[in-house]
Amino acid sequence: MKEKKEAEHNETVYVWQLPVRFYHWINALSILVLCVTGFLIGYPIALQNSAEASFGYWFGTVRFIHFVAAFIFFFNFVYRLYWGFVGNKYAKWDNFIPYRKSQWQEVLDVLKVDILMVSKKPIDSVGHNALASLTYFFTFLAFLVQSLTGFGLYAAMSKSFFPKLFAWIVPILGGDFNTRMIHHIFMWLFIVFAIIHIYLVFYHDYVERRGVTSSMIGGWKFIEKGHMEEVKKKVKV
Amino acid sequence: MNETRPTVYEELQAKGHSRRDFMKFCTFIGAALGLESTGIAQVVKALETKSRLPVVWLHFQECTCCSESFIRSSHPLVADVILDKISLDYTETLMAAAGHQAEATLKNTIEKYKGQYVLLVEGSIPTKEDGAYCCIGGKSSYDIFKEVSKDAKAIIAWGNCASAGCVQAANPNPTGATPIYKLAEGKTVINVQGCPPIAEVMAGVIVHILAFDRIPQLDSLGRPKAFYSSRVHDTCYRRPNYDAGLFVESWDDENAKKGYCLYKMGCRGPNTYNSCGVIKWNNGVSFPIQSGHPCIGCSEANFWDNGPFYKHLANFPGFGIESTADKVGIGLGAVTVAGIAAHAVVTNIRKRKEIMKGLRTTDNNIA
Ligand code: HEM
Ligand code: SF4
Repeated sequence: MKEKKEAEHNETVYVWQLPVRFYHWINALSILVLCVTGFLIGYPIALQNSAEASFGYWFGTVRFIHFVAAFIFFFNFVYRLYWGFVGNKYAKWDNFIPYRKSQWQEVLDVLKVDILMVSKKPIDSVGHNALASLTYFFTFLAFLVQSLTGFGLYAAMSKSFFPKLFAWIVPILGGDFNTRMIHHIFMWLFIVFAIIHIYLVFYHDYVERRGVTSSMIGGWKFIEKGHMEEVKKKVKV
Repeated sequence: MNETRPTVYEELQAKGHSRRDFMKFCTFIGAALGLESTGIAQVVKALETKSRLPVVWLHFQECTCCSESFIRSSHPLVADVILDKISLDYTETLMAAAGHQAEATLKNTIEKYKGQYVLLVEGSIPTKEDGAYCCIGGKSSYDIFKEVSKDAKAIIAWGNCASAGCVQAANPNPTGATPIYKLAEGKTVINVQGCPPIAEVMAGVIVHILAFDRIPQLDSLGRPKAFYSSRVHDTCYRRPNYDAGLFVESWDDENAKKGYCLYKMGCRGPNTYNSCGVIKWNNGVSFPIQSGHPCIGCSEANFWDNGPFYKHLANFPGFGIESTADKVGIGLGAVTVAGIAAHAVVTNIRKRKEIMKGLRTTDNNIA
């Protein structure tokens, strides 16, 4: 690991702006709700009761919550895409698309340092590292797939114009059944992502001591003094 | 068209049907088509003034269930009007002619009524081995189709076979069974989906063409909107049970007797576009869900490959027969957690070294 300096030798860097933090937690919450309700839609639990059907509506309510969360999730996602163009350098869209050689180099470095643990080379990034960014790029794609398939399915259940804008996706995917199947399978990608994501945040907090966990609440990271200048110099040459 | 030929109404009268029967038929079909009352008047007028529509009905890779459904239409005049009076200049399964005589009839019809006849196709067309898997009178079905579709006024694909390939197109589709819209070279094909389609739906589409001289409004999959714009689930009488979360859990349970929703038994109603819940079958007697059986989605493309029928979702592709998406997902989650556990152990071993080092080199340690 990198040689650490003491706490008072850290400087604070404002990394995540308020909109990014809001986005993050709204996203997390809506995905949690979507996974729980989505799972119930796919596999409804057997709640037996002897009342007439007209007195119950729990499954309808579960679906309703899913759809409300879906709208929040979708527009939050669209908002984040917008912020990728107007936000600070840590939020910029070009973090997420590895079109520079240096980004791919860092992907390899991070793999070696953090995942395989065969190297101790320091990683320069202060915001997302390149591997994390690449992963988020794929999660954005997954958001897109989930939104397209979700609203595509929703088009058949809604009179509103908005979901109808997505109806074209269903025939392309081979009908409602396949669309539903893809939508269901992608839920598992979200769950697996969440497990790894949360673990890696804890891991980085533990190992790097830059306060990643709280950075998504307060916005600040604690970076070793001099690191920012060093990185700036490197970028210049 | 041919002034000498009697109109549909005249033919019906000759057969002994009353004016009242005739009007009932027109309103019945008009209602099925979703017409307003002025539209129904148009149907009446058309059937009174127009003579029968020349029709060629071709049978390729199929089981004749579409024809069977059709001739069992609930309204007696449907079969009369369509089969006796309108159609059947040529149809392999029902015509009297055979052999060369039959082939001559076909040739006659398409020459005499060039650009006027309606082509109905039941069954898919095999494209592998130059179409050798389905030949009639020494010609491949593809060749016959090309010849007959060239001058047709409209093309109707009956059923799932002609619209989507049905069972013979199921994986691995050994004969290369192909739905006809893919072979129609840009011509509009009306896909009347279902295995088989509902008789009233079939009759409705034909009457629409006869009455209005144009094809009915179609959706993006070529299906008439009047019959295929909502899901079986949307018109299912068990829907309140679905919303209330009351599901049949197994075939023989109390819930099945109570008529709860069949969602967990694999009902495809939420994914299937058809009018079964409204028009129903066999004179409106029942439809599969009413008889306690989940919808199998027979009016959707690839429904044979989306099995098993009695599970909510298909098996996960490439993972053996009993693997559902959820099982694969749980497996993936377990592998992830195991990987994380291993990673965490290694991290701690290394971190420990670092803590020790930190303790040695700084007095103001943060560990
Ligand atoms: C993180 C995002 C999401 C997850 C994890 C998720 C998960 C799920 C799951 C597992 C199902 C059950 C599928 C089945 O087996 O039948 C489902 C159903 C559904 N989801 Fe989502 N979903 C997400 C986002 C969305 C979005 C953005 C929409 C857009 C409206 C949406 C709309 C739907 C609809 C319409 C259904 C079918 C409900 C029904 O059968 O009535 N979902 N979702
Ligand atoms: S039985 Fe099928 S179509 Fe009817 S409400 Fe239940 S899931 Fe929907």
